[in-house]
Amino acid sequence: MVSNQSWDWDIGHKEIDISDWSQRFEWVEELYASPDGESVAAIVHVDEAFNVCINGTLWSEAPADKIWHLRFTPDNRPYALISDGGQWTVAISGETWSEGYDYAWNPMASADGTHLAVAVQQAGRYAMAVDGKAWESDFSDIGYFALSPSGRSTAAAVQVRSVDSGQVHAFQEGTFSVAVDGKSWDPMFVNVWHVAFSPDERHVAAEVRLNLYDYTIAVDGQLWPQVYSTVWAPCFHPTSGAVVAPVRNKGEWVMAQDGRTIWPQPFVQLWRQQFNADGSRLAAIVAPKYGRWTVAVDGAPWPLTFGTMVTDLTFSPDGQRVAALAKEGAKWHVVVDGRAWQHAFEMAWRPVFSPDGNAVAAKVEIDGRYTVAVNDRLWSTACDMVWEPCFSSDDTRLLIRSLDKGIYRRSVISVNKIAE
Amino acid sequence: MAETDKDSTKSEELDEGIEVGVRRLTPERIQTVINSVLGAETGARFKAYIQTCIHCGLCSDACHFYLSNDKDPRFSPVGKVKQTIWPMIQAKGRVDAAFIRRAAQIAHTECNLCKRCVQYCPFGIDIAYMMSMVRRIIHKLGVTPLYLQDTAHSHAATMNQMWVKGDEWIDTLQWQEDEAREEIPELRIPLEKEGADIMYSVIAPEPKFQAQLIYQAAVIMHTAGVNWTMPASMGWDNSDMAMFSGDNEIMGRVKRAHFETAARLKVKKIVMGECGHAFRSVYDMGNRWLGWAMPPIPIVHAIEFYHDLLKSGRIRIARKYDKPVTLHDPCNVVRGGGLHEMARYVVSQICEQLVEMHPNREHNYCCAAGGGVINCGPPYKNKRMAGNRVKAEQLFDAKSRGAETLIAPCHNCHSGLHDIVHHYEIGLDIKFFGDIIYECMEKPENP
Ligand code: SF4
Ligand code: SF4
Repeated sequence: MVSNQSWDWDIGHKEIDISDWSQRFEWVEELYASPDGESVAAIVHVDEAFNVCINGTLWSEAPADKIWHLRFTPDNRPYALISDGGQWTVAISGETWSEGYDYAWNPMASADGTHLAVAVQQAGRYAMAVDGKAWESDFSDIGYFALSPSGRSTAAAVQVRSVDSGQVHAFQEGTFSVAVDGKSWDPMFVNVWHVAFSPDERHVAAEVRLNLYDYTIAVDGQLWPQVYSTVWAPCFHPTSGAVVAPVRNKGEWVMAQDGRTIWPQPFVQLWRQQFNADGSRLAAIVAPKYGRWTVAVDGAPWPLTFGTMVTDLTFSPDGQRVAALAKEGAKWHVVVDGRAWQHAFEMAWRPVFSPDGNAVAAKVEIDGRYTVAVNDRLWSTACDMVWEPCFSSDDTRLLIRSLDKGIYRRSVISVNKIAE
Repeated sequence: MAETDKDSTKSEELDEGIEVGVRRLTPERIQTVINSVLGAETGARFKAYIQTCIHCGLCSDACHFYLSNDKDPRFSPVGKVKQTIWPMIQAKGRVDAAFIRRAAQIAHTECNLCKRCVQYCPFGIDIAYMMSMVRRIIHKLGVTPLYLQDTAHSHAATMNQMWVKGDEWIDTLQWQEDEAREEIPELRIPLEKEGADIMYSVIAPEPKFQAQLIYQAAVIMHTAGVNWTMPASMGWDNSDMAMFSGDNEIMGRVKRAHFETAARLKVKKIVMGECGHAFRSVYDMGNRWLGWAMPPIPIVHAIEFYHDLLKSGRIRIARKYDKPVTLHDPCNVVRGGGLHEMARYVVSQICEQLVEMHPNREHNYCCAAGGGVINCGPPYKNKRMAGNRVKAEQLFDAKSRGAETLIAPCHNCHSGLHDIVHHYEIGLDIKFFGDIIYECMEKPENP
């Protein structure tokens, strides 16, 4: 994780005028703001080629045939996928990796921003590359990419043995496995989905399908003792090494840990489970009955349920509070510890807790305009665009990045200005 | 109009998916699977259908297989139940491997799950649902036809229907974007644009074989000024052949990927291309298996989308398509989604003349491709042709009244009708709505 303590937290605004970009360039794509709010960037098209404009400056004198997927790393460096002369690579702050590939996609930045991984295809074979260095082995197909917390290791579901389409019985013998840093597990499975690293990066778990009917969880290639009619993505306990996953039998979902049921109450649906930081609590998105959705914490569902969907489950940093987004009809609600805010939104983004857990903020859309809400109160300003808000480490200030009438604005305001 | 084989059940080649599966069956396995599916996976609805059916045969005249096979009772809707579910129930699952082989053929290649017959049954018995239960049993026994099973494997491995790999998908979109820029220089196919109004989703045959359909959709989106995006991750394919192979677990997994991709992109709606079975999977089957009573993010079929764009004037027609057209009503979006009047509005806005085929709207005959039947592949093509002579007659009648072009706003229908038109030498040009809109709309001037 990147500490934001060194960022400028003085109350006030900084502005970048981007109103002339549309005249300077043939077109300007979506804008992205750096996490610290100091930079705003977009892919631009100029003289029939692509470039990136950051705070009004082009990042390279040599434009490229194609640039896409511009984003910022957590440590505020812009990166994108770039192609020139038919080869694809990654560019970070305008510098491209020296290695190129027939194709590169799905970039992932490590939590501290120091490492970048991508999926790569070279001569019809597939691998991952970290900071330009590709795995030593390659595979017939690849998916479900995972980057370890430090960014030093990568893993993915890989097809080890290629079978022609139509060879259904050969396929059913198992062609997929998990590769960690390019080395695949010995056992092969019919399918592998959703690969996850343990927090200490020493273990990897995934969903596996053993034949057309039996599913389970594999950890470092070892199967849980039970099989199920299907399973969803596993996750690791933050400290104990235990693995939990939703599992389905007889038409009902329960939560299992290392093959044993830990939430005896069954659900119509159960997914996206998440531990809090110290691993003392486990929450998940659940449907306690058909067509009703909520969050369950340690197996107990909130009494308040929603008819459409629940997403973006989030623990507070201290692990005591839980927030999520819930949709009823066309409206989105922010729900914290089982209580919904009064305001409802056309769209809402993942809730963000203050470090002490007392405040919850979210980017929201109302009447086609964007703003920020904190503890169910709206910021007074609605904009053409806002990005997701961020709290200062002392909980008192909020960084809001916004765009209105051609002016990008970095604002630091007191949390109390909205929340009270 | 050309003639075809008479006994269409005899014309098929061996299907390795069925034959290898049948060889591996044991009496115990057959019995256990049948009893567990019928016992644990059916409920009051199934029981009511079994108890209510009075074997009156009123459903027979609904079925294109029955009508096209000279009213052979083996092809009547109730006849299909009589040859599959009833003996399974009566024998308490003690049926043999030959029975299972025939049940696989009936449920997968002699019923399109088109639900036309449900409208003819005085009790509203849904034979398509009964045939789906047979397919579930066939899946659990490992006897699914080879081509369909392969497609279900593709869904499971890649979350799309045609083994399209992660890079191939994005590369195809970028290639279509480049092509379209020759026509409209500033056109974009915006990838991964979080917060767009619409996620546009397609079925895998589009990037694989029919990339021009993505091109055309991009031109329509661009011209209409739609704030749209397409995902660069799995979850872009809205189709679902696992739904038709009875592999509900994979169906649910594929639908989850689709809806969660739209949720990740923070879009308000999913607009889908001209596909019927995919509509059924996102609007009815897959979402409900997952516990969503309705799609969690609204799904707009291309017919409704075009209807709205034309009605609001966001796209304008420069010159109407001047050849007389006839319109095929796809089962899944008409009987299943009620979009027939919207489809006629679209025709009225883009074409000079509509020659209705008869019957039409919710009474239209199925294309005989849907329900996964065309996806069972070449071994069954002759049976499919023989089993839809009534469709050929219906089309021929529309042609004899002046129709020159057949609009089929569904991929399966489009392919199935293509086969029918060629087999019976009907001589109709087949198009999607998107083809005609692209051809006839006002487009931005190329500077
Ligand atoms: S093909 Fe259609 S009409 Fe015939 S039995 Fe099946 S669902 Fe009924
Ligand atoms: S399904 Fe309905 S119409 Fe067909 S035989 Fe049974 S009762 Fe009669």
